[in-house]
Amino acid sequence: MANVIKLRKGLDINLKGRAIKKKVECQASKTVALRPSDFTGIVPKVVVREGDHVLAGDALFVNKQFPEVKFASPVSGTVKSILRGERRRVLSVSVEADDKLDYRDFGQHDASKMDGNAVKQLLLEAGLFGYINQLPYAISTDPCTTPKGIFVSALRDMPLANDFEYELEGNEDAFLAGLKALNRIATVHLGVGAKQTAKALTEAQDIDLNVFDGPCPAGNVGVQINHIDPVNRGETVWTVDPTSVIFIGRLFLTGKVDLRKTIAIAGSQIKEPAYADVLEGTQLADILNGKLVATDHVRIINGNPLTGERATLNDYLGAHTSEVTAIPEGDDKEEILGWILPRTKDFSVSRSYFSWLQGKNHEYDLDARIKGGERHMIMSGEYDKVLPMDIYAEFLIKAIITGDIDKQEQLGIYEVSPEDFAVAEFVDSSKLELQKIVRQGLDILRKENA
Amino acid sequence: MSGLKKYFDQIKPLFEEGGKWHAFQSIYDGFGSFLFVPETTSKSGAHIHDAIDSKRIMSMVVIALMPALLFGMYNIGYQNALAAGKLAETSFMGMFVFGLLAILPKILVSYIVGLGIEFAWAQWKHEEIQEGYLVSGIIIPLIIPVNTPLWMLVLAIAFSVIFVKEIWGGTGMNIFNVAVAARMFLFFSYPSQMTGDKVWVAQDSIFGLGYTLPETFTEATPLGLISQGLNSNATLSDMILGFIPGSIGETSVVAIAIGAVILLWAGIASWKTMASVFLGGIAMALLFTATGSTPIAWYEHIVLGGFCFGAVFMATDPVTSARTETGKWIYGFLIGAVAIIVRVMNPGYPEGMMLAIFFGNMFAPLIDHCVVEANISKRAKRATNK
Repeated sequence: MANVIKLRKGLDINLKGRAIKKKVECQASKTVALRPSDFTGIVPKVVVREGDHVLAGDALFVNKQFPEVKFASPVSGTVKSILRGERRRVLSVSVEADDKLDYRDFGQHDASKMDGNAVKQLLLEAGLFGYINQLPYAISTDPCTTPKGIFVSALRDMPLANDFEYELEGNEDAFLAGLKALNRIATVHLGVGAKQTAKALTEAQDIDLNVFDGPCPAGNVGVQINHIDPVNRGETVWTVDPTSVIFIGRLFLTGKVDLRKTIAIAGSQIKEPAYADVLEGTQLADILNGKLVATDHVRIINGNPLTGERATLNDYLGAHTSEVTAIPEGDDKEEILGWILPRTKDFSVSRSYFSWLQGKNHEYDLDARIKGGERHMIMSGEYDKVLPMDIYAEFLIKAIITGDIDKQEQLGIYEVSPEDFAVAEFVDSSKLELQKIVRQGLDILRKENA
Repeated sequence: MSGLKKYFDQIKPLFEEGGKWHAFQSIYDGFGSFLFVPETTSKSGAHIHDAIDSKRIMSMVVIALMPALLFGMYNIGYQNALAAGKLAETSFMGMFVFGLLAILPKILVSYIVGLGIEFAWAQWKHEEIQEGYLVSGIIIPLIIPVNTPLWMLVLAIAFSVIFVKEIWGGTGMNIFNVAVAARMFLFFSYPSQMTGDKVWVAQDSIFGLGYTLPETFTEATPLGLISQGLNSNATLSDMILGFIPGSIGETSVVAIAIGAVILLWAGIASWKTMASVFLGGIAMALLFTATGSTPIAWYEHIVLGGFCFGAVFMATDPVTSARTETGKWIYGFLIGAVAIIVRVMNPGYPEGMMLAIFFGNMFAPLIDHCVVEANISKRAKRATNK
């Protein structure tokens, strides 16, 4: 029987527009693009030129620091454009897809006959290695590190998130093959939710299975690591999102880099929230075509409303994104005397509002307003109530704001990633941009330690 | 309301950089966000936010203070009529309105001076106005004697807002509670106006309401009497209901309890801090009763003076209290215990709550430091044991 870890802290936010378990069609994308910014921490070096023809699985760009880390094209086709932003930073490399996808063949492999190094080499070669992240720093992993463990969380519990069990249907073999391959590199720790019952999750072989029973962010891999085997200074763990495990598994089973994934299209501004099978890097306009309730005052999010990235229809589906959501922007709303009126439609964990009367199953249609001014930290203990980690969140945040690197290390910055603070950012009455603060702290620390 | 909103948006350019009334931008912003929920949307990180903000929190605290304020008004009139010996012929409304008129100038002065400094500071620093003073501004009039002259109040508030809050960086950065600091200022600068037996009962009639008392009239608080070795003739029910002389808002345990329920229900004040202040006070009072150092029972120590008010509204100030959960227990206990120690051990200070909270504020960072250090050394040990 798996190890069950009960978490009490956290908060489930019930948003309107959760995807129902049904698949809808999305317009097939003519152009797909891979964005280096999805692979946090890498500096891209583009290895193709506009007009080149690539196969699905050929590298579009590599990590400048470690050129062996390649990033594979999701489709076969002609490189259409290399979009650059400020200081010639590469924003995206887009490929115009052929009518029929041709895959580069990497050959089928049986992971059980390979050692960790061979698995790693294959992942590097096939351009999938960059999908693996690491702690500390919460970045796309450095290939020179030796992880003390590889952590996969199959539980997605952020509001409006994609239910991985649904995504898993039909991909069980690939998922298991992916786990098996990763297990050759280091012990795989799979974290699942208490309500998840899929066989591929509960009966995976030779791995360390842990069941997490608690509210969001129990599904965050960082939270799970903190309870299974916390990261100490000098140690590295790898984290792989479950969709990438499927990608890796497909590579071993079929020899192809097949970056199709099932995403949730959800939110109150989506007409019929449901799932769809799409390719990595699909343009959001193709995904959302005809599905939005309105086009004005809508916030489109590449990801879920807590950790996702603000996007427009011209953006491309993020590499680690498992859902595309749309919520009201709220900049046209007019609410008076917010400090005293009951505001029953609003959600708050504080009982100074009346959400507690609505019951736990009430669905809220929240918009993107911050609903208050940014202040210094005033209330105490707010973050701790929703951060199920052995971390003094307030003190860590203060250490980051004041740039006290020793304190950051002592307080456990190596164990956290920005997404762990997402729920805290939601409940924060001082409206501090916690995820941004943590990201900046991690970036500075990484530079200092380099 | 849409018209008002439109008007607000219309005059906005006047207050922006280069506008005619740019000098009043902080006031414009302050009123704007007071009237309308800000429509700014999130730029990074979480796209959705809880509806709670510091305005809502501060408003809830002000609401929680209302019972104590209303009772304080009534008690001012009641004490005045009682002293004049005309309790039977004075109506409830008469007493209440008299009290209202006695305290209203203090509240007005408190908000005008405090918020005035706050607005000016925000304008100077190009910051948003912080709501913290909404609470301090109502607490300060409630923790002073009714006869405190307004000019003293002005000085005390200006001192505490500037030197205890703003220079540290404003609400959230201050080390000491602003209201406690204002009272400390008054207490040490003008001791004769803050203690003794001349200050607790309003002595003059206002607009024909209330009664003018003779110059020679004196009335000390029960704690004041006890510290001089005299007997207070206040009954326990008077002490709990609040029909005793004292600082305006501190006398009624019942009114404060209503406030406490509001704060705890809304989850704004920490129940740990509140409970541990009482625990500390009770433990210390029991100890002193056992050793015979104090003539009154432990429960009288708790219901008299500013103990309850301080425990509920001032010790729980999240900014100046300990911020770790373990720390809150230690912090509260320290305040409760020190309050009783000061009362009992030092006859010069019949009331110890103010000093206790001040000491508590001072030690809060140290308490937190120790708690956090435990976590740090645990982490360090984990790393080296591997």
